Amino acid sequence: MAVSVDPASVASTDLHALDEPRVIDPGLARADRVFRQVARSIGLSMLVLILAIGAFIGYQAIPTLRAYGLDFFTESAWQPELNRIGVSGALVGTIEIALIALFFGIPFAWASALFISEYAPPKLKSAVVSLVDLMAAIPGLVFGLWGFFLLQPHAIDLSRWLSQHLGWFPLFKVNTDADAAMWAQSRYTSSAFIAGIAVSMMVIPYACSVMRGVFAQAPIGEREAALALGATRWGVIRAVVLPFGRRGVIGGTMLALGRALGETVAVLLIISPTFEIKFNVIEVGTMTISALIAGRFGEASAGQLSALLAAGFVLFVLTLGVNAVAAVFVNRSRSGSITEA
Amino acid sequence: MTIVTNGAESPPTERAPEGAIRVVDLRDVQRVIRTRAFDDVAANAGAALASLAVVWLVYDELLGLDGLLGFLVCWFSAYLVFYVAVSRRSHPGVVVTDRVVSAVIHLAAIVAGLALASAIVFVFVKGWPALHHLNFYTQDMSGVRPTSPLTEGGILHAIVGTLVQVAIATVIALPLGVGTAVFMTEVGGRLANFVRTTVEAMTAMPDVLAGLFVYTLLIVGLGWEKNGLAASLAIAVTMAPVIARSAEVVLRIVPGGLREAGLALGSSGWSTVRYVVLPTARMGLASSLILGIARITGEIAPLLIVSGASTYLNLDPTNEPMNSLPLFVFTAVRSGEPLYIARGYGAAALLLLLVLVLFVLTRLLAHRRGVSR
Repeated sequence: MAVSVDPASVASTDLHALDEPRVIDPGLARADRVFRQVARSIGLSMLVLILAIGAFIGYQAIPTLRAYGLDFFTESAWQPELNRIGVSGALVGTIEIALIALFFGIPFAWASALFISEYAPPKLKSAVVSLVDLMAAIPGLVFGLWGFFLLQPHAIDLSRWLSQHLGWFPLFKVNTDADAAMWAQSRYTSSAFIAGIAVSMMVIPYACSVMRGVFAQAPIGEREAALALGATRWGVIRAVVLPFGRRGVIGGTMLALGRALGETVAVLLIISPTFEIKFNVIEVGTMTISALIAGRFGEASAGQLSALLAAGFVLFVLTLGVNAVAAVFVNRSRSGSITEA
Repeated sequence: MTIVTNGAESPPTERAPEGAIRVVDLRDVQRVIRTRAFDDVAANAGAALASLAVVWLVYDELLGLDGLLGFLVCWFSAYLVFYVAVSRRSHPGVVVTDRVVSAVIHLAAIVAGLALASAIVFVFVKGWPALHHLNFYTQDMSGVRPTSPLTEGGILHAIVGTLVQVAIATVIALPLGVGTAVFMTEVGGRLANFVRTTVEAMTAMPDVLAGLFVYTLLIVGLGWEKNGLAASLAIAVTMAPVIARSAEVVLRIVPGGLREAGLALGSSGWSTVRYVVLPTARMGLASSLILGIARITGEIAPLLIVSGASTYLNLDPTNEPMNSLPLFVFTAVRSGEPLYIARGYGAAALLLLLVLVLFVLTRLLAHRRGVSR
């Protein structure tokens, strides 16, 4: 006997209501549960460690920020014995040196990245890529030595030339007679300018390797399409590589900035400490926050340590912001994301 | 059986035995288009020579200027002018632009390379007087005055200190870093994303702050003395996020298809990670680890704060200060004593050599994996 059943009526009867598909989910195997727990706890401990550091530094900075308030950000002197403490001088110096480093470093990093990805002979390419990565691993200390002992004697000539010809511009002003026959060389040494060049040496390989990575990912089909349409090599770069790699250039620059802001030893070796807000960058004396910390922690009392930690906190927030912006640009083209497709 | 990958980053191309899985790399490779006509070479060389001759004449003889930098800048500017002028005679504007850009990019790359190379050569040349004495590697500086000749004393204590500190730091940071990377890529979830963000933030932290953190917590807070362990901890704190981040990149490159193949065969998540993901990424993990060590070996900022600069050999990291190579370099070059500075350069050269060795090791591992990055 054929019975035609209306599905809706069946579903509504009590008898069939129980007839739903069982959920087939045995849960995870025990090994997996353990694995996940262990992995999660390792990840958590890393998280806790990092948050603890951030919280600790922030917490330690509170007394200082409470005691000095906004003065901490406007005062430029660092004279704990006179109860005058502020980071503005060091903050300005930090930013100046980082910007000088980018000014010299990024064009070279950009050109080197293009050279490697577009111009280098294919046989040389992987060797040059390794070399750049190796350069990125060279300690900042080496560039500090290089900057102070090799670069400085030559760079002060450039500094003098700048102050002679562009001295009317506040950045290049030096408070001495640049045209004197016996010119005061010591007025041009240990400046933010020279420290910036040394830091730029660290920035070049770092930024170059980020940019090269993105340039290399420019789609080959579009490159060859451009070539087939008669583009020159520069035409390919301008029409395909650069638009595709724009994120890499911006992100690499920001990452380099983050690195330049935090560099300690190369700067510490070169500069002579001065605690003032100073814009004439080629004149002797400047200060950065990291150099301040490395130079002053030794004789610091508990209160001064808190002040140093507060200064460090300011630096941390600064680099964090810069790197967060960089991450937005770089992570879009995160390596390996394609393989997950 | 053949697995086809799109080879986006780095297909595992290890040669498998007969009949086993063979990975075919279908990655697009751009054709090499390289035609160089006589005109290209001649225009280039001619412009270079002509500009050299003109600048030589004008800069040196007529204007009486000196200074190598100025000369080079003028030479290159003149070269560009000549190059443009020559190219314009027989080529349209597009080609002229291409040539100028090519010249500028080549020059910038060469200048950057030379500048970086000069830093390395400089350190080795300055360090050579100290480096070629055997006692430099076998003795420490105890009882040696800063003015003593280079045939006395050495940096054994700093070498040993660096090795011990980096070893301890690696033992702490490696499981933490790789474990976190496994968590981020293999387990995933919202927490993992949060951890990733924090780790990335942490790599932004200036090293000097890690040192200050350990210093404030352990030495000021808990009353430790400045010893090797404190230094190792400071290094580990900076190193763990670096390893976590680079290990994560390596793990993410492992093709998702391999994982799914493992899971489809019925293996548990743990077995997949243990027998598929980690072995595939083994070489990459090793190179990321070594690169992390190389980076951290030269980092002096945390050491400057938490590690005391001893002059004698100290094998016990928990007791008494322990020197290290970067710290020795720093104190030596600031001493103002020529012979002591020479020792500093020697130590810096050794530090560079160490980084170089670690790096070559990384490349060899990566090469065996058949991947160029």
